[in-house]
Amino acid sequence: MHIIDLKGLTKRYGNFVAVDNLDLTIQKGEVFGLLGPNGAGKSTTILMMLGLTEPTAGEVRVCGIDSTVNPIEVKRRVGYLPDDVGFYEHLSGRENLLYTARLNRLSWLEAEARVDRLLQRVGLQDAASKKAGKYSRGMRQRLGLADVLVKNPEVIILDEPTLGIDPLGVREFLELIVTLSREEHITVLLSSHHLHQVQQVCDRVGIFVAGKLLAQGNIAALSKALFSDGEPYIIEAGINAGGNAGAAEALLSSLRQLAGVVSVQFDEGSLRIGSTHDVTADVARAVVLSGLGLKRLSIKEYGLDDIYNRYFEGGEVYGKTA
Amino acid sequence: MTSITDILKEVRYMEKPHNALEQLKVRPWVTRMTNRISGYMASVRDRRMRAVVHPFWVIVQKEIADHVRSWRFNVLLFLILLTCFGSLYTSITNLMEETAKSKDDNDPFFFLKLFTLSDGTLPPFHVFIGFLGPLLGIGLGFDAINSEQQAGTLSRIMAQPIHRDYLINAKFTAALMVIGIMFFSLGFLVMGFGMVIIGIPPTAEEFLRVVFFLLLSVLYVAFWLNLSVLLSIRFRQAATSALTAIAIWLFFTVFYQIIVNLIARALMPSGAVSPQQLVGYEQFILNLMRIVPSQLYTDATTTLLVPSVRSLGPLTMEQAYGAIPSPLPLGQSLMIVWPQLTGLIAATVVCFALSYVSFMRREIRSR
Repeated sequence: MHIIDLKGLTKRYGNFVAVDNLDLTIQKGEVFGLLGPNGAGKSTTILMMLGLTEPTAGEVRVCGIDSTVNPIEVKRRVGYLPDDVGFYEHLSGRENLLYTARLNRLSWLEAEARVDRLLQRVGLQDAASKKAGKYSRGMRQRLGLADVLVKNPEVIILDEPTLGIDPLGVREFLELIVTLSREEHITVLLSSHHLHQVQQVCDRVGIFVAGKLLAQGNIAALSKALFSDGEPYIIEAGINAGGNAGAAEALLSSLRQLAGVVSVQFDEGSLRIGSTHDVTADVARAVVLSGLGLKRLSIKEYGLDDIYNRYFEGGEVYGKTA
Repeated sequence: MTSITDILKEVRYMEKPHNALEQLKVRPWVTRMTNRISGYMASVRDRRMRAVVHPFWVIVQKEIADHVRSWRFNVLLFLILLTCFGSLYTSITNLMEETAKSKDDNDPFFFLKLFTLSDGTLPPFHVFIGFLGPLLGIGLGFDAINSEQQAGTLSRIMAQPIHRDYLINAKFTAALMVIGIMFFSLGFLVMGFGMVIIGIPPTAEEFLRVVFFLLLSVLYVAFWLNLSVLLSIRFRQAATSALTAIAIWLFFTVFYQIIVNLIARALMPSGAVSPQQLVGYEQFILNLMRIVPSQLYTDATTTLLVPSVRSLGPLTMEQAYGAIPSPLPLGQSLMIVWPQLTGLIAATVVCFALSYVSFMRREIRSR
């Protein structure tokens, strides 16, 4: 069963379409990354999932419950960490969490036990009695994660959770999220415009530009879908030609005849072969047969960066038409 | 059987405090009782620790704690305490002269003068409350919602499984409880001090009149509280909403009178007019004045605290003819202020409904 199920979701502000006919399903227990530039409609989608704003059209079901009709039940099961989360600054971190716990109908005893366990978990036990106003950005974010976990959620939604934390803090934070997801089987929806972070932790990624979900899937599937027309695989090889220009020429022509090879370039001992599928083994065999020395051979897969850039070019176009 | 003399002996022995303490320590029934009490307290505490409190009351608890701990409330409390004792002082000093002058030994509402008497240097208690009450209401409400929005806590709280209206209802309830407790304790303090100083207890009717006066004051502050909560929803910046609230307050207390006076002068019937026209004119001007909540409040409080007030509008000779110049009973005074009371309640409810509607339809984003 899908834990998050969006069907034809649309949100308009006047003439501006923030979310445009969005279909999205997320499986239980996966870490899904919602990737897109600022103002793409990520936050609006999240707000609609929590029933904090009403969709213009379409349907949102979270944990099988319609968020628009019954937001309370959804909010009982879903933890939401807004971007730039705030706490009551005159209360300590622990008191802030206790307040959230009691809003979730925990008794004082249960609340204390759970809050102390979570503070330990996110590594804030030493700062528990410090005023939340004195927390650093990274600490606040970790407190936010504990705050989200207080209600024992089935799903957690994190909106730009790593914004403004230093790189080390980001890595720790993301590791914490992944561990949580694995250990407690929590579904995580993470919105971000940071590619590397999403690539690091997410099982699946959806690319979201100008209110539309352009593509979704894991990184490999995305790159395949995106570059199927051109050269999704680039193979680079170092060749020791040693002045044997004739053999090199013969190698190039034999490489060009390989099935799937689209382009071959040779420049001062390094080969660059673009192909439609993985032809590394064939290239290696051809080089060895040609009698030239093979110094190195590597295959380059596209990362999210390339995928994102490629889509973002599209996004610019969308931006102009929108 | 222990005889009476034994008990008496024991009681006499216990008269000295240190002896009594000594004895209490060795008496078995004392230890039994203290054990039972502490056991009961522990079970109460335990039950409270295990009890699941409704989220609404969790918010109310937090809001009350916030108010009571805040500098803002304590400064306002200090201000009100100061003026309260100032006016108590002037009323008591004047009370002596007043009684000496009037020689009216059987004024049935002597005690109420504590709240109304003044020599002109410092306004009496009820005028002070009428003046500072709005400030208190505005002070407790002007940043109710927008400060949470600014701090980024609003979206976090709204992501908890609570209905959206719990937040504003709870904020309103909490502020109202704080104001209520404060006004009632202040009013009773003034009564207590008055009793100690002048040595006369209030009659039951006087007591009831004071209670109604305090209720009315709470209601009046509730109006301003609701208005400022509405503004705090409407404006994103706390400073804007505070300034707007104060502007409305100033407009009603200062400028509105001037405007009404201008209108009155323009509409003044000239030359020979019938008495009916004159009465109608007076009534119209009075009604204009009564749009202002502070006017409603003043009308209502004076009627409640000065029982000799028998009408708030113009009285014709026929109406006044034959009236016995005695104070009105409480029921009659309440009848007179009933329209004022309804007006205040209506204004409060309108503000509350407006804030409710605008908050429920709002999209809640972080910061």
